Amino acid sequence: MGAAPVAPAAFSLEHAGSELRLRGTLLFADAAPLWAGLRQLEATVPKGETLNLEMSGVERIDGGAMALLACLRADLQRRGVKSEFVAADAQVHKLVQLYGGDLVVAKVKRRRHIGFLDQLGQATIHVLREVQLVLAFFGQMVVSVAGLIFKPQIGNWRELPSTMERAGADAVPIVFLVNFLIGLAMAFQAAAQLKRFGANLLVADLIGISVCRELGPLMTAIVICGRSGAAFAAQLGFMQVNEEIDALRTISISPMRFLVLPRLVALVVVMPLLTLLADLAGIIGGLAVGISNLELTTRGFLNELARVVTRWDVATGILKSIVFAVAIALISCQQGLATSGGAEGVGRRTTSTIVATLFTLILADATLTVFFRLAGV
Amino acid sequence: MSDPIAVQAIDVTIGWGDTILQEHATFDVPRGSIFAILGGSGCGKSTLLRHLIGLEEPIAGTINVDGCTPVQGPSQPPRFGVMFQSGALLGSLSVAENVALPLQQWTRLPPDAVGGLVAAKLRLVGLSGAAEQMPAELSGGMRKRVAIARAMALEPELIFLDEPSAGLDPVSSAGLDELILDLNLQLGLTFVIVTHELESIFKVAQSCIMLDRATRSIIARGDPRVLRDTSKDPRVLGFFNRIPGVATA
Repeated sequence: MGAAPVAPAAFSLEHAGSELRLRGTLLFADAAPLWAGLRQLEATVPKGETLNLEMSGVERIDGGAMALLACLRADLQRRGVKSEFVAADAQVHKLVQLYGGDLVVAKVKRRRHIGFLDQLGQATIHVLREVQLVLAFFGQMVVSVAGLIFKPQIGNWRELPSTMERAGADAVPIVFLVNFLIGLAMAFQAAAQLKRFGANLLVADLIGISVCRELGPLMTAIVICGRSGAAFAAQLGFMQVNEEIDALRTISISPMRFLVLPRLVALVVVMPLLTLLADLAGIIGGLAVGISNLELTTRGFLNELARVVTRWDVATGILKSIVFAVAIALISCQQGLATSGGAEGVGRRTTSTIVATLFTLILADATLTVFFRLAGV
Repeated sequence: MSDPIAVQAIDVTIGWGDTILQEHATFDVPRGSIFAILGGSGCGKSTLLRHLIGLEEPIAGTINVDGCTPVQGPSQPPRFGVMFQSGALLGSLSVAENVALPLQQWTRLPPDAVGGLVAAKLRLVGLSGAAEQMPAELSGGMRKRVAIARAMALEPELIFLDEPSAGLDPVSSAGLDELILDLNLQLGLTFVIVTHELESIFKVAQSCIMLDRATRSIIARGDPRVLRDTSKDPRVLGFFNRIPGVATA
């Protein structure tokens, strides 16, 4: 076979018969031209032939270059070309051994292709398992709450004030602002339509009922899910990967009682209060539009509001907020305690907390709305 | 021929905030050697390492790695490899992807060459079968081995290791020592190792410095075996002979 020299600066490759002769200095710094040259020569050797790597002319070689040569030898052997390192001096031979250039090359196992239906099935089973785990966790939570009612002294009440402060007081500005803007935007959208029919005053009805029954509790829950739900999941997730949860268990302290219940109680207490604040903020937003765009007076707007919005409208919103609080605490704590796999696992669980909680909030909201309508409240 | 000194610290003072950990530290790490930084807990070994690799700047003094400052700009390829105590693998990437990361970032090699290099490095550290695993699925020793493979990806001549044996079982620890010796012998790599594992120190380190927390200075330097056998300093003897209550602990 004819020679096919490839000659970058410091080394040369020559294909002569059944040998690939390597000459000069082979360094990782020249890895790109070295690899290109090796590949070019290797491609010309058919299956069943021999291509030994002849090393007698190598003056210097480093680990990176040897790794590439060992990789080339392995590739050649896998496609049925016989290849060995030959004529290496003692020093180079040690490197050959270090990088496994003298070992039998194992066959590469191909990964089994998973079809679309298989993937869909696996994903469905995974979701169902997660739902099962959340429900089991809910059961444990109910039992623990019952235990707490009968024996309040077993609760970890020390964490309660600070958790309430972080989940409640610290969320006041964002909850107020979000709901004010929602009320404002809704009233703006409605204003143009209401003006056409001369029904300006009905903006109070629209804002009052939609904010108190739906948007107040839902928007507050979404904000709390993003703030506290994510924080709970990340906090407990980090404790889990840091073995702090295991440490609690070894000293016979139930993580449910010690960590989950304070968070649940904190959310159940602060969410209704935040929802009342949200109702107020949304109504103020609507009032601002009513005064500025619909020529209403504050007294007129509030009188209409008092006439239309009943105690039940506010109460259903509060009831919803309690259900939402339980959902946020339940999912975020369950996901946090189910974390494994370091920082990556914490991130994954925090994301799934947000996604699962938002879905649950919307589902619960729709269910409760239908239930309250059917119940006539 | 390159500089015979791989790392040089001249009159270096290190610390954080108002706390001074070491003052006026001066030492050289010869190229091609295995150099250990020893001392009890809290004496500033790991902090000194962070200064040597350019993550922190000394309060006073000069540190040179290969003749220039260890602080590297974001657009410069790394001049040395580092293995952190926990391995510090990126949890979102597989073992192979962790090792491939510097190669993809700093070379123009095609994917098959990168794959070949990654396989070779993983084989070198005895983890051929773990390429597709995620870091969370590995034991502490395996994580450290992957971290060494990643540190070696760009063929640096100098590698810093922070507590390579800490938390490992004796067999894994001995395996890691063998690997360090092999890489030093076969590839001529220089290692700077922060450790307080006596068995590892005597097995791999050719020279060392010993830091002392109380005096905030280097209290011994040289071959650790010679220091163990000939030193008259009770703090040095206390460290090497595991005597509690001596100042370095």
